[in-house]
Amino acid sequence: MADFWSGYALPTAIIVAQILAIVLPLLLAVAYLTYAERKVIASMQMRRGPNVVGPFGLLQPIADGVKLLFKETIIPAGANRVVFVAAPMITFTLSLVAWAVIPFGEGIVLADINVGILYLFAISSLGVYGVVMAGWASNSKYPFLGALRSAAQMVSYEVSIGFVMVTVLLCVGSLNLSDIVNAQRTIWFAVPLLPMFVIFFISALAETNRAPFDLPESESELVAGYFSEYSSMTFALFFLGEYANMILMSASTTILFLGGWLPPLDIAPFNWIPGPIWFGAKIALVLFGFLWVRATFPRYRYDQLMRLGWKVFLPFTLFWLMVTAGVLVAFDWLPK
Amino acid sequence: MQSMLAEYLPILIFLGIAVAVAGAAIGASFIVARQNPDPEKLSPYECGFDAFDDARRRFDVRFYLVALLFIIFDLEVAFLFPWAITLGDTGMFGFWSMTLFLFVLTVGFAYEWRKGALEWD
Repeated sequence: MADFWSGYALPTAIIVAQILAIVLPLLLAVAYLTYAERKVIASMQMRRGPNVVGPFGLLQPIADGVKLLFKETIIPAGANRVVFVAAPMITFTLSLVAWAVIPFGEGIVLADINVGILYLFAISSLGVYGVVMAGWASNSKYPFLGALRSAAQMVSYEVSIGFVMVTVLLCVGSLNLSDIVNAQRTIWFAVPLLPMFVIFFISALAETNRAPFDLPESESELVAGYFSEYSSMTFALFFLGEYANMILMSASTTILFLGGWLPPLDIAPFNWIPGPIWFGAKIALVLFGFLWVRATFPRYRYDQLMRLGWKVFLPFTLFWLMVTAGVLVAFDWLPK
Repeated sequence: MQSMLAEYLPILIFLGIAVAVAGAAIGASFIVARQNPDPEKLSPYECGFDAFDDARRRFDVRFYLVALLFIIFDLEVAFLFPWAITLGDTGMFGFWSMTLFLFVLTVGFAYEWRKGALEWD
């Protein structure tokens, strides 16, 4: 019995506690990302943004969540009920489990698996299932078209994301995310791989269906795209999942290009601040970029979107990948 | 082997917790919110019209083309991952082998492009 407690129950309890220590702050971050989005865009448009519920409107996301909880869940008559309910659960679940491998600081990671980046890539590829299932199960035209568009868009930009990741791996020589961060001690990869950094950021916008690539839910043509038929908590899960994905993509950008938890300069005032705080600050910076882009740029047309993905990003990332590999091989700079 | 699998245990537990949270959220909403279905509410949304026909209809073949292209290139990325990790060991030989492979793929890509598979108009 004692063996059972110390051998299984206690480690499991510790893991569960660690998971909750990731999930709860993450959900809080998602809630306040929606608040930040509304406030930032409001400021850019000379408005006030939410300012009624609580001081400075700080309780607005909580109020929104509670409101959605008390709404009726509508499942359309023609819908495939099981798939219809499963779709938002898949989107939400995937956006959470990806966080298992994210290193928040030196050694602060739930599962330090040696194929971390491959795991991230795989989980973000699976994200398209939630979208396609939602669009198909709704049995309604707008969600169907939105899901098709969204799926095509997500897979298109995933290819360039893959090439960008491989370029970074060339400079690291490991698939482990902590190794990737530690390889940036001398210089962040955003500097030597600047074009790839820019492409990764833009592809991240497309991958998370954010403006200016928010065609799947372009409200002027497709109402709300693949989640037009969703209401109440099923809608909320999509919403949470999308925003958690945004934070996840920002975290990936930070890990791959902005040195993860490392301070900008390894000197006195900077390295007093603990790593997770740097990590959070960098994620917030990238997220601000997401919001800024949304407030600034008009939406792309679908043909422009596909042209950018297939005819610009794909050839360019492929070319730059080989250039990077060639330079590293020629000067013998490859990590052994 | 045992220790390698043990690294994945937290992910499995995480998956369980995430599904539980998602299920609990939907379940809680079903319990606390009053459900009052009505044929008008449950009809597919079509800007005020009754739905004309079934939504699962034919759609543009180009979406299939994109999916096919994606499979090719995603497989390519899957090949590149191990190549990128081991390039330090394989050196020049590894580099030129991959260049040859990518060249063959690029020829195919150029063909697609010329055939107009990437056009959306």
